[in-house]
Amino acid sequence: MQKSLVSITDYSKEEMLRILDYAAEFEKNPNQHILDGKVVATLFFEPSTRTRLSFETAVNRLGGRIIGFSDAATSSSSKGETLKDTIKMVSNYADLIVMRHPLEGAARYASEVAKVPVINAGDGSNQHPTQTLLDLYSIRKTQGRLNNLNIFMVGDLKYGRTVHSLLMAMAHFQPTYHFIAPEELKIPAEYKQFCDEQGIPYIEHKELNENINDADILYMTRVQRERFTDLMEYEKVKNVYTLKSKMLENTRDNMRILHPLPRVTEIDYDVDDSEKAYYFDQALNGLYARQAVISYSLGLL
Amino acid sequence: MSNTENKQVKIVAAIKDGTVIDRIPSDKLFKVASILHIEELSDQVTVGNNLESQELGTKGIIKVSDKFFNSKDINKIALIAPNAKLNVIKDYVVVEKKTLHLPSILEDIVKCGNPNCITNHEPMMTRFHVEDNKTLTLRCHYCERVMSGDDVKIL
Ligand SMILES: [Zn+2]
Repeated sequence: MQKSLVSITDYSKEEMLRILDYAAEFEKNPNQHILDGKVVATLFFEPSTRTRLSFETAVNRLGGRIIGFSDAATSSSSKGETLKDTIKMVSNYADLIVMRHPLEGAARYASEVAKVPVINAGDGSNQHPTQTLLDLYSIRKTQGRLNNLNIFMVGDLKYGRTVHSLLMAMAHFQPTYHFIAPEELKIPAEYKQFCDEQGIPYIEHKELNENINDADILYMTRVQRERFTDLMEYEKVKNVYTLKSKMLENTRDNMRILHPLPRVTEIDYDVDDSEKAYYFDQALNGLYARQAVISYSLGLL
Repeated sequence: MSNTENKQVKIVAAIKDGTVIDRIPSDKLFKVASILHIEELSDQVTVGNNLESQELGTKGIIKVSDKFFNSKDINKIALIAPNAKLNVIKDYVVVEKKTLHLPSILEDIVKCGNPNCITNHEPMMTRFHVEDNKTLTLRCHYCERVMSGDDVKIL
């Protein structure tokens, strides 16, 4: 069966676990012929080299072929064509559409008008589900399990879509959440309400310090300057929320630092040498997770 | 209906055929009138406001002759005045009493309050899931934002 992936909640817990198992297989044998004779369209209505290269490498390693565009200027939408018409046209040619779009809800709409499955590679500040799946894969791989972990989320918890999706996805696995964020970027009330409804314990912290010593996963996010109305506040926060290697001294041996990348100032470069720094491996896991999602969307697994 | 309220209704002239929307909170009357585009109707319309009501203190009422609203319009009223009563009149007699209820999905009734939502940029229908009937909490099917009835505009 063919199936689109627009939002992480489109997958059940069982489907997520299946994807992680497939991803582990692709990690062992990345080069396959699953997509022989298939054409995948990568439609990037806004540029994102990192995500596009990851998807296109995934297609290439599966033996598929790629059509598409890497920014809106070279697409027909720059000539005023509606999204619907672009998607209708492309779904005549391709077996699968991978798309990134600056507007929220674009991928959901595309999945409704397309004849072929659609994978959302980011729709504005809404969803980026393959990021969540690679995060889950990274967590399971480094911890050996998903259940009963102390997950610390640090930085911009208000606007950061990756933490919101991760929070929803990990909810299946009895986590304890710790939210570390400045006042301006606190986790929104609706997510705390979600945790309450699910019976998930959570603790909010204002500072990044020794309170991370209980962490199994330290999920760092970018704190963006444009989120602040008061720039002095930003300068203060920027320094307080930077992870430094000496902060890792008393953290657990199994603790791993994740970050969706690119980073700005939130992780010092001296942390990169720590064996607890996992963010570059995490990015590579995205390739395997995307190989799994692409194959699954086409009903080929 | 109490006796005084009964008289109040009669102050606003009875109609032969058409629709009476009663028990509209006074502060919502003109909003209801506007979403139903009452001002564009050529049918005979009577509007009364700040009438005494035991239940509401004061209330508004709208009577439109020879006009029968479809369910899409009725759903719009439910968004603003969920406790209003809608009576269909034929030959001076109430032939149908409709209680308003918000459906679980609102299709092309409200506009998404998120300016970055695809529905505000493409010629397409909007779609909202009613998450909570009482607090009027809506979730956009496309951008997935949760918003209150006050954040959305009625189309
Ligand atoms: Zn929306």
